[in-house]
Amino acid sequence: MMDINPTTIFLAAIFTNNMIFSYFLGMCSFISVSNEIPTSLGLGQAVTFVTTATAIINYIIYKYVLLPLHLEYLRFVVFIITIAAFVQLIEMVVERYFPSLYYSLGIFLPLITVNCIVFAVSLFMVIRNYTFLQSVAYAAGSGLGWTLAIVAMAGAKQRIKNNKLPKGLEGPGITLIITGLMALAFVGFSGIVQIQ
Amino acid sequence: MSKDSTKKIMLNGIWYDNPVFRQVIGICSSLAVTNLMLNSLIMGLSLIFTTAFSELTVSIIRKFTPKHIRMIVQVLIISIYVIIVDIFLKAYYPEMSKALGPYVGLIITNCILMGRCEGFAQNNPPVKAFIDGIASGLGYTMILLMVSFIRELFGFGTLFGVKVLGSWWTNWTIMVMPPSAFFILGTIVWWGRSKTEKSEKEVKEVKEVKEGRKALS
Repeated sequence: MMDINPTTIFLAAIFTNNMIFSYFLGMCSFISVSNEIPTSLGLGQAVTFVTTATAIINYIIYKYVLLPLHLEYLRFVVFIITIAAFVQLIEMVVERYFPSLYYSLGIFLPLITVNCIVFAVSLFMVIRNYTFLQSVAYAAGSGLGWTLAIVAMAGAKQRIKNNKLPKGLEGPGITLIITGLMALAFVGFSGIVQIQ
Repeated sequence: MSKDSTKKIMLNGIWYDNPVFRQVIGICSSLAVTNLMLNSLIMGLSLIFTTAFSELTVSIIRKFTPKHIRMIVQVLIISIYVIIVDIFLKAYYPEMSKALGPYVGLIITNCILMGRCEGFAQNNPPVKAFIDGIASGLGYTMILLMVSFIRELFGFGTLFGVKVLGSWWTNWTIMVMPPSAFFILGTIVWWGRSKTEKSEKEVKEVKEVKEGRKALS
């Protein structure tokens, strides 16, 4: 794992190992919030930022606190607390100092704590023994890959907004089918770069 | 608590309010483990255990938990149970623990847990919350098994690792790949929603008729 170039990891996290299309993570908000392109873009940015920042914090905590003390099994609790605390903190700081940013991104912040990919990136990073730079690249790539997916989905949904669908297929049903089609397209990227 | 309400909670969790196709939550981790039925079963059982016990705990301490920190308390409770599951799997089923990888840990961020703790356990007595946890977990496991049944049968020709389709069967590679999971789940959501929508409508009609009678009398 040590010898992979961070750039490779970054690209792989966006295209071949996309969080949604190959790991099925971050689906909840992907399905419910992907109705308009601007909103999706805002959420995507917020997720990318939080994922990268918490990955950095978690990496430091894991490497310098949990590993020396042999408390690896506590990583679930520690990681999730870090994420929740970080999101809370960011929300307060942004509300206090950047009101305009708060109105555009603030509403998404609470949603992010329960977004699976933030937590998943921290877990994958530990399981795959990434170095610091690799972790940062992986986190940023995963966030961007997720943004790409949700914006694409919002675009597709806007197109079919006025189409008639069978009753039960409306909403989540059709979203899942479209996601499947997109995932098929993303399968085409596999083989360009590959990470495990 | 009467038997009637137990039955109602069970039915709601498994069918009318099924976490996957009615509330559309908990999909995150539901698809990644569906390539093999055994993985899905273990994942489902872990989820039933975690949901039931975290709902029980949340419900027991609900009166002492300050309102504004309840989210973090819930997350802590959930992660404690997930750690138990993780250590248990590592000790007794090392191969399974390896196969599920990070997805056991990801149960923490499974929205079903937070959703049920916040939406149900926070306002209901412990026994009811425990049953609700089991019901939601069962509803989720049911969907997982449905998806993995199709994927494993067509993708490998096996069920729970046992060969069921003969040597004449050509494995469908697409079923092993991620896109198929989306298609299958999409179809199941479609099927489930059109079924439950109908039953909801019937319930509503019955209710309306009853109310109408009341109004008349």
